[in-house]
Amino acid sequence: MTSLSVQNLSKNFGALKVTDDVSLEVASGEIHAVIGPNGAGKTTLIAQLSGQLRSDAGRVLVGGEDISQLSMPDRVGRGLARSFQITCVLPGFTALENVAVAVQARSGSSFRFFGRVAEEEALNAAALRALEEAGLGDRAHVRASSLSHGEHRRLELAIALATEPKVLLLDEPLAGVGGEDAEAFIDRLKRFKGRFTMVLIEHDMEAVFALADRVSVLVYGRIIATGTPEAIRSDPEVRAAYLGEEEEEVA
Amino acid sequence: MMSDAPAMRPAPRTPALAGRVKAALVLFVLFALMPPLASALNDPFYVLIGTRILAYAIAAMALDLILGFGALVSFGHAAYLGFGAYAVAILSSYGIDDLFLQIAAGIVMSAGFALITGAISLRTQGVYFIMITLAFGQMAFFFFISLSAYGGDDGYSLSQRSGVLGTDLLGSDYGLYYTTLALLIAVFVLCNRIVNSRFGRVFTGIRENRTRMEAVGYAPFRFQLTAFVISACLTSVAGVLLANQAQFVSPAFMSWHRSGELIVMVVLGGVGTLTGGIVGAVVALLLEEWLGMLTHHWPLLFGTFLVLMVLFSPRGITGLIERLGIGRGRR
Repeated sequence: MTSLSVQNLSKNFGALKVTDDVSLEVASGEIHAVIGPNGAGKTTLIAQLSGQLRSDAGRVLVGGEDISQLSMPDRVGRGLARSFQITCVLPGFTALENVAVAVQARSGSSFRFFGRVAEEEALNAAALRALEEAGLGDRAHVRASSLSHGEHRRLELAIALATEPKVLLLDEPLAGVGGEDAEAFIDRLKRFKGRFTMVLIEHDMEAVFALADRVSVLVYGRIIATGTPEAIRSDPEVRAAYLGEEEEEVA
Repeated sequence: MMSDAPAMRPAPRTPALAGRVKAALVLFVLFALMPPLASALNDPFYVLIGTRILAYAIAAMALDLILGFGALVSFGHAAYLGFGAYAVAILSSYGIDDLFLQIAAGIVMSAGFALITGAISLRTQGVYFIMITLAFGQMAFFFFISLSAYGGDDGYSLSQRSGVLGTDLLGSDYGLYYTTLALLIAVFVLCNRIVNSRFGRVFTGIRENRTRMEAVGYAPFRFQLTAFVISACLTSVAGVLLANQAQFVSPAFMSWHRSGELIVMVVLGGVGTLTGGIVGAVVALLLEEWLGMLTHHWPLLFGTFLVLMVLFSPRGITGLIERLGIGRGRR
């Protein structure tokens, strides 16, 4: 198992400090949730961790190795995978192909020009396994563009699983998923606990408190508190900055 | 365990793709039957036109490999036709007239040029990619215009066609036609293998969603550059054949109009289908031939046809045929 360490990470868009000196220690096997109001910079943080966005300052370490200078594809090679808040799949590919191409990235050369990839049983079997773990096995041969929103969320998860991550960054995996679907999804994530380290960004507080070992609260690009779910729930500063706000909104 | 059931079932083939391969086979048979038919109708002139069409079909298919499957709209692909054509001119001026050596020389030149210009062009995307490939294409065009040893602007006449392993196979129009057809089939098989391979899946995936492919660990640049070079090399094969067909080589092969015509053929036939490139070449060049006989203003008619096609069948002629086929199936 692998730990994730974030040290003094910063990102400015012009004068706006989107990520402001963020430091975070995620232990091996931990599920670490990052919560915060809209516009707090959660997705930016994920983009910086995954390498989609260059950081202005700070370091990211996976299992002690500094990966700050690596590109997104290279970070995936080091075991750092992510899912997207806004569905990001290959719409013209079937669900199985979407996952198989992720399996292919870590098994053998992709500079093979002659064999039919659709007939590679090892790829298809591994892809199907990931689909089943994500709860999408029965829709393997459906084009991604024909899947429902809830199914897209599961496909995102299956693709991330197929990269065999050591550290998985989940950017609002439950976005737009409600009711029983959400419960099933939370159960699924629970089962992955201990298999890899997870950073979970989520708005669904029920999910956060059900899954997370520790929670960090991000407000205006700064981490204002880190602790167990219980400690965060009762932290007066957090309540003022975030949870209180949400409760008022609900009421 | 019950969830293992779908694994046992083979993945359903995309019927459209299999259909396209079948359509290509039908086309190849028709092409093979064309010359005897033409001579029976006492119109052997069509064998030469047919050679030109088949050569362009190779180029259009090669372009479709990156345009259709990778959304890389190269507006400088005529340069590679030119490299193939000038490989014939340059080698034969040194007495080397073997077709395969000339093809090899065209491929080497094209691979070098595509590797360098592709590496630069692929740093851009979309419209910028179109413009920069156009610019490199024009550079090659003007290089050969200033190459006075091979006639510069006026071009260079070839005294004879290439030999094939010491025989004069291409000496007859039929020999040249069937050699071109054989190469068209070979290029089709090769392209079809590539798009269905591991490489093809990654390359197509980058077209579908670049960010997603990066997020599962692929660096798009290497794949796109490789495909770009393959496409360029295959296009140069068409250039070698066109030089033999015309027995004349000039920078006109490399003008940006020619690059545009290649794009028109791919779009007209249907992008991302391979077979579409063949169909597009046949239809575009036959229309050019026939409309040209009707009136001097044939581009006007051709343009109208093109606009109508794009409006009513954005997926080209193959798309139109598929749609009609499906419509019939439902009834």
